[in-house]
Amino acid sequence: MAIEDLFKVVKDRSKADTKPRPEKQKKQAQRVEIPQGLLFKCPRCGTVTYRDDFERNKSVCAACNYHSRISYRERIEMTADKDTFTEMDAGMTSLNPIDFPGYEKKIAELREKCGMNEAVVTGVCRIHRYETVIGVMDSNFMMASMGSVVGEKITRAFEYATAHKLPVVLFTASGGARMQEGIISLMQMAKTSGAIARHGEAGQLYVTVMTDPTTGGVTASFASLGDIIIAEPKVLIGFAGRRVIQDTIKQQLPDDFQSAEFMLENGFVDMIVERKSLRSTLSKIFRTHNYTRDGDYIGGAAK
Amino acid sequence: MSELTATQRLSVIREKGRPTVRDYIPLLFGNFLELHGDRHFGDDAAIIGGIGTFAGRPVTVIAQVKGRNLEENKLSNFSMPHPEGYRKALRLAKQAEKFRRPVICLVDTPGAFCGIEAEKRGQGEAIARNLMEFMTLKTPIVSIVLGEGGSGGALALAVCDELAMLENALYSVISPRGFASILWKDASRESEAADLMKITAEDLLKFGVCEHIIPEPDGGAHHDPTLTAENISHYLSEVLQRLAAYDTEELLEKRYNKFRKIGVFSE
Ligand SMILES: [Zn+2]
Repeated sequence: MAIEDLFKVVKDRSKADTKPRPEKQKKQAQRVEIPQGLLFKCPRCGTVTYRDDFERNKSVCAACNYHSRISYRERIEMTADKDTFTEMDAGMTSLNPIDFPGYEKKIAELREKCGMNEAVVTGVCRIHRYETVIGVMDSNFMMASMGSVVGEKITRAFEYATAHKLPVVLFTASGGARMQEGIISLMQMAKTSGAIARHGEAGQLYVTVMTDPTTGGVTASFASLGDIIIAEPKVLIGFAGRRVIQDTIKQQLPDDFQSAEFMLENGFVDMIVERKSLRSTLSKIFRTHNYTRDGDYIGGAAK
Repeated sequence: MSELTATQRLSVIREKGRPTVRDYIPLLFGNFLELHGDRHFGDDAAIIGGIGTFAGRPVTVIAQVKGRNLEENKLSNFSMPHPEGYRKALRLAKQAEKFRRPVICLVDTPGAFCGIEAEKRGQGEAIARNLMEFMTLKTPIVSIVLGEGGSGGALALAVCDELAMLENALYSVISPRGFASILWKDASRESEAADLMKITAEDLLKFGVCEHIIPEPDGGAHHDPTLTAENISHYLSEVLQRLAAYDTEELLEKRYNKFRKIGVFSE
């Protein structure tokens, strides 16, 4: 279906919502405006689909298989056994260690807007009845940059898992260290890596699932330290920002540079796994590490 | 102690004649032998590693190499290591652990190199691995920031039992220029960023990131490299003696807690 037709259908479906803003229409008279919220345009291949269909497909682009960014709620819903997630350290929030102007206000606004207190949510859940510690970073919250709270919650999650002999599964997504917290944010890289070392020395399993985008100080710390590293298809994974590299070397970068596929080819992830197969893959991994299933099976994930 | 602002210190550490590890290594260590290569890919000239003696005792030295001129800087890539540099550092640290000799890291880098090859060879993984392995390395580690401690590229040699900084050295999550460019979209606000970011030795002492400040001669290390080396030497002999008193378990517990307690939040 051509985009114009698609647009017409959507417009008919909800006339009230699609009144174009007059200013924009003037500027882009020839271009078709995409009504926000009703359609999804894939940032990788540009294909436009109904948001309903896209979400039913676990927020994966049907055309190119890009696994797009999702909220922590959606992630937990599609990963954990129904109603098994218990959050840890839910109330922890950031302070302003270097008195960066406007930081508290920004955090307060994001807490309101995203309905979460910080960029990572941690807790305990079951996946195919295997009990596990889980952490999910949510890029809606300041691009899931790592400040004190992210570092502390992840460290506590590993310490809890070490004490209770549990595996850890982390869904990583991040723009890197949170510069607004200065050197304190850099130190979180060391702190989390230390907790992972101890969890590992206790013989426990750590699985990383790299999601879009996993970059900077998070790639250079806990994201790269999984015993097994899974990546979602087509996501961005790297250390340095694309623009920084381009400015340094003054040449164009290949399209697939810093993709999950690039990382697989270069030996930095174990496997690329589609969202729909992730639960069964994690289950196989737990099984192979001699974790035992627990409790009554109460059905699959809600989604 | 220094009354200079972060911006003023930024210009002190950019002084052309500021001593580098090439000046300090012969002044600090005896019998120094450079050891090359990461045993996987190659040898990174941005990091010098080797063995030598300090006050008669064996040590391993790992140091980031700023050049004293453009030629030297080209050779050492302006002290911006590639993954093989960090992997060489890890190899030598593991070797030090085997022979129970202390590791001394001299930090002086704008950051890890950002480029296609660095990404292909896993810059992120190389840094991450060092953070984790240094945290549990069963031998004392002392890191000293000599000039610029830039981001994860510095931290990869700064997971240690004690961190010291030369009086005018700076240690930051990102360069002040990068900070201004990303947060304010204006790289020209570099000085403002430097003074805001809390990156001086005194700031980092307050945060518990740094344990000790090594004095520089009036006007900066370049006014008297030998005296600066003596000050470093004085600190090293004191700290190595102190760390030698701990058994391995205590040492690692202390190291873990040094980083464990850093964080500012409410709950
Ligand atoms: Zn697509």
